[in-house]
Amino acid sequence: MAEPGLALDSASVPPSGPLSATTPEQRIFVASQWQLMWWRFRKHRVAVASAVVVVGFYMVALFADFLAYADPHISEAHRSLMPPQRIHWFDGWRFRPYVYGVKGVRDPQTFKRVYRPDPTQRVYLRFFAEGFEYRFLGLIPARRHLIGVDGGLDASHSIFLLGTDVQGRDLWSRLMFATRISLTIGLLGVTTSLVLGVVLGGLSGFYGGITDTVIQRIIEILRSIPTIPLWMGLAAALPRDWSVLQVYFAITIIISLLGWTELARVVRGRFLAMREEDFVVSARLVGCRELRTIFVHMVPSFMSHIIAATTLALPAMVISETALSFLGLGLRPPAISWGVLLQQAQNVQTVAISPWLMFPAVPVIIVVMAFNFLGDGLRDAADPYGR
Amino acid sequence: MLAYIGRRALLAVFTVWAISVLSFVVIQLPPGDYVTSYIAQMASMGSVVTDEEAQNLRIQYGLGQPMYVQYLKWMKQVVQGNFGMSMEWRRPVTEVIGDRLWLTVVVSVAALILTWALALPIGIYSAVRQYSLGDYAATFVGFIGLAVPNFLLALVLLYLGFTLFNAHIGGLFSAEFLDAPWSAAKAWDFAKHLPIPAVILGLAGTAQQIRIMRANLLDELRKPYVVTARSKGLAESRVILKYPVRVALNPFASTIGYTLPYIVSGSIIVSIVLGLPTVGPLLLKALIAQDMFLAGTIVLLLGMMTVIGTLISDILLVWIDPRIRLEDT
Repeated sequence: MAEPGLALDSASVPPSGPLSATTPEQRIFVASQWQLMWWRFRKHRVAVASAVVVVGFYMVALFADFLAYADPHISEAHRSLMPPQRIHWFDGWRFRPYVYGVKGVRDPQTFKRVYRPDPTQRVYLRFFAEGFEYRFLGLIPARRHLIGVDGGLDASHSIFLLGTDVQGRDLWSRLMFATRISLTIGLLGVTTSLVLGVVLGGLSGFYGGITDTVIQRIIEILRSIPTIPLWMGLAAALPRDWSVLQVYFAITIIISLLGWTELARVVRGRFLAMREEDFVVSARLVGCRELRTIFVHMVPSFMSHIIAATTLALPAMVISETALSFLGLGLRPPAISWGVLLQQAQNVQTVAISPWLMFPAVPVIIVVMAFNFLGDGLRDAADPYGR
Repeated sequence: MLAYIGRRALLAVFTVWAISVLSFVVIQLPPGDYVTSYIAQMASMGSVVTDEEAQNLRIQYGLGQPMYVQYLKWMKQVVQGNFGMSMEWRRPVTEVIGDRLWLTVVVSVAALILTWALALPIGIYSAVRQYSLGDYAATFVGFIGLAVPNFLLALVLLYLGFTLFNAHIGGLFSAEFLDAPWSAAKAWDFAKHLPIPAVILGLAGTAQQIRIMRANLLDELRKPYVVTARSKGLAESRVILKYPVRVALNPFASTIGYTLPYIVSGSIIVSIVLGLPTVGPLLLKALIAQDMFLAGTIVLLLGMMTVIGTLISDILLVWIDPRIRLEDT
């Protein structure tokens, strides 16, 4: 294992001076641990691409209200279940994106409401248009959105990039807000279980003996219980009159209780591997206090492993939240999350007529896959001295 | 060997105890108690429960007593096979659950068997023909299997079945067999319906097992004893199947303990999406209606089932792996 001093000193080696290295082999000898990890990580192309995807998704979460163009809560019955509109990018030869206006008509045979594009009417998209009011980053009041149309968003005259749901709410805008909720719940959940995992796994690995046995047995018991029925039970017991925010935090805690065992296992394994390392023993011998030994000498050298394990634990959080909300036991409307959006896709008949209601499954799958690849890459990079 | 099995059995007993406490928590969590919900239900049907009657009911069910007494009372009843009454169905919980528990077991076990049946040959193939087209295909399918939550997979298959074949692929029986007594024809109908849920449930596990099998076998194939076997002129299939696969199988077998709870968990949500007559949809309904005895019992029974399954797999593992058999003797 690395000498922890190197890990702390993450600044790269100065370009000139006695240590300056020219050939690649020499560079490896003088590089810091984080530098080596970065080089190892960079080689895993898929992981790098996944990192970009993950960052992109969190950007969406951050700027959700800017990317949305319609108020996600405003419903209009006369534009329910509108199909997505196709964007025409060029008007003649000029780049001027527009969509055809949509007319709702009754089908004379089935009496169902169907929507027909009306080629005579062109609704032009405008960039940085004015729309509903929001607070940019939660602070600055703003009205600008990435796209919009002239003259407000009334039904004859608006855009639905991904169609609308049963209540006539714009799916694209709702998806943006859902991304914010679903991704932050994952992040908060994983942070909570990280704290649990590090504390319990650390205790277990550092002290060993009876503490270790007890904690390991608890983890084993928790891992052999089918969790979903249990969490369903806990989630269903949340009082119905709780506010959106209270439910949000309660669900976060419930799903984080599910994820900490794996993290604790990783942390314990690292502690055990490191307890007998020379630098830890010498730290103890020169009289470092226990907390100092742990946090100054041990934690930095397995930080990277923890980051990797956390990344791999995140998809499970996102899936749990989506599954619970999908069943109607997690977040409840008016909260918007991917699971809440997918709730409308529960009925096959509805989905067969309006397949776009299944679209929120796409970001779930992409995020889960991206986090898995990213975690794989980080895990390989976490130990840059192997192989 | 006996010491090992004894230790696992002891852990299983502890796990069952933990599950029973958690199930009890699920039953107790919602505000109010059995009697409040009973009164509300009677009121909705127009009849009134007097305070005195309510008081008597509370004494009868021991609701005024401390938590642990209530828990012990509940446990005593459970051990005697009395799981309480379902408030929604107004029938004993055991009667409401009926066949559903066994159907859950059958679906889960089918998924588990399928996981192994698929993962073993594909994993061997992927390792032996590393970086071949088939290996890449298996890796790709594996990643899809890991990334797509199984209830979404169920949803997509349901949609495809509905739009492409105009058929409802959910359920475990055709309409005409739903309430029919068991017969050869019904069993055959059941067998025809079983593969779809089993595939959906098994896919994620299969993906994981393929990766484990591939990695383990790759490690083994590089070892000198394989080269020796080959240089002695053993047929290639024999070289691979006789030794490296056997060694690679051990970690593979030991993961079954974690696969089973995962499959049982998944079966709940998938059953709800596909409308299978297992305990899944019943649990959801019970939770939404706050029919807590029914919900708690289902959580308890599912947990116990998983623990028993894991214990069986542990014993099987002892039988397969001599290292465990010879340990602590």
